[in-house]
Amino acid sequence: MGTIIRVAALAVVFATSGCATTNPNDPFEPFNRTMFSLNDKLDQAALKPAAQAYSHLPSFVQTGVTNFFGNLADVWTSINEFLQGKAADGVTDVMRVAVNTTFGIGGLIDIGSEAGMPKHSEDFGQTLGFWGVKPGPYVVLPLFGPSTLRDTVATPVDFLGDPWYYERPVRWRNTGTVVRIVNQRAALLNVSNLLEDAALDRYEFVRDAYLQRREGKVHDGASSFYEEEDAPASH
Amino acid sequence: MRRHPTEPTPEGWPRTRGNAADEAALEYQLFNNQASRRFAQPPQETMKPFSKIIAILMLAVGMLPLAGHAAAEENPQALVKRISQEVLDAAKSDKEIQAGNQKRVLDLVKAKILPYIDFQRMTALAAGRYWRQATPEQQAKLTDEFRDLLVYTYSGALSQVRDQKLEFKPLRADPSDTDVEVRSQVVQPRGEPIQLNYRMEKVADGWKIYDINVLGAWLVQTYKGNFASEISRGGIDGLIKTLQEKNNRLAESVAKTGKS
Repeated sequence: MGTIIRVAALAVVFATSGCATTNPNDPFEPFNRTMFSLNDKLDQAALKPAAQAYSHLPSFVQTGVTNFFGNLADVWTSINEFLQGKAADGVTDVMRVAVNTTFGIGGLIDIGSEAGMPKHSEDFGQTLGFWGVKPGPYVVLPLFGPSTLRDTVATPVDFLGDPWYYERPVRWRNTGTVVRIVNQRAALLNVSNLLEDAALDRYEFVRDAYLQRREGKVHDGASSFYEEEDAPASH
Repeated sequence: MRRHPTEPTPEGWPRTRGNAADEAALEYQLFNNQASRRFAQPPQETMKPFSKIIAILMLAVGMLPLAGHAAAEENPQALVKRISQEVLDAAKSDKEIQAGNQKRVLDLVKAKILPYIDFQRMTALAAGRYWRQATPEQQAKLTDEFRDLLVYTYSGALSQVRDQKLEFKPLRADPSDTDVEVRSQVVQPRGEPIQLNYRMEKVADGWKIYDINVLGAWLVQTYKGNFASEISRGGIDGLIKTLQEKNNRLAESVAKTGKS
């Protein structure tokens, strides 16, 4: 399988590219920077223009696409909630999928959110994190972008847990995947412009924001940084 | 406020002059240190005299509650709610902002948000251990440049606001707390809500924001790495220079949107 080969290839690259850098979370910085600029070039050349064109589609189309794939993702989210022992969230998200798939016409309309079942997003990397697996070093994957060693290992599992992965014929699945990726990129168009404005070194800025955000997600938004600091006072 | 001298001499100022707004402005200055006092003042070149007056008036009106000394404390969440709502409403009703005039957004942010942000603390946190190595002059310069960068970035974000809605989560704090986190999220027509939290500290003249969490990442914490690299390359002056260059570029692109 392609992904496994990719992961294996990465492992080899890591083993050979580790060298002394300043940030303890980023021992593979030279490799990561190369991947970052490669991804950036791909983005500028193909993905961003596609997303810009896509963003001119009528709003209801974009909303439909977002909701449809969001609904599929909710299936895997709910499984990961059960895996983390968050049964209440898991049950709510099963309900969400049921409501959105039926009354929401196959997930095109997000009735669940309107009905007070807000969308969550959990993946296998977060489940591993929940059970105490540390994120490990920062990794920039080719095509997939920022990740950590833990999440790199978890990513293939996320693919297998994604219902769209089993969509047949394969031609349909691939087309859908492209639409999904372009749709996701379109949602980030504004963010990436902001990033351009805000960052002094975009690579570092993305890395440091990503690592915080990722750990924040693992701990469900309990923003650990300042809370740890004044924990004795507030409890 | 502009007529006050740059060096504060609190003891020497007459306390009986003028109306309540004047009094409030004075009060505001008294409690602010050198660096943060400057934030309340719009930069000389970029504001027209008229909008300057408006900004000062708005600022003075905003400070009115302070004039009463014992005026009821606005809790930090209520404060964030009020200023974000004011800014969102103003941005939505302003035709020029809707048409993409970034300079108007900038003016709006300067008038409504700046007084409630402790930029010196933010800069000190972002600079980390290097802060103490900087001279007071470097600290002031760095704070100014970082403030401008954040204002540009925030204004850029604000000008993209269309049909978003703000939701606040219950404030988890005792009334006696002086350092709290206000949690909110921006609900968008599409996609997941954007988490937006504020770290706030109570200082002499009320609550001030000193860090903002967007999508799970603390802004100041995120800048820490950028700052450290710049400082290790070119020292504190190198960082100041990089920030200045960036701000100049951003100022140019903002000026372009204002011409229409």
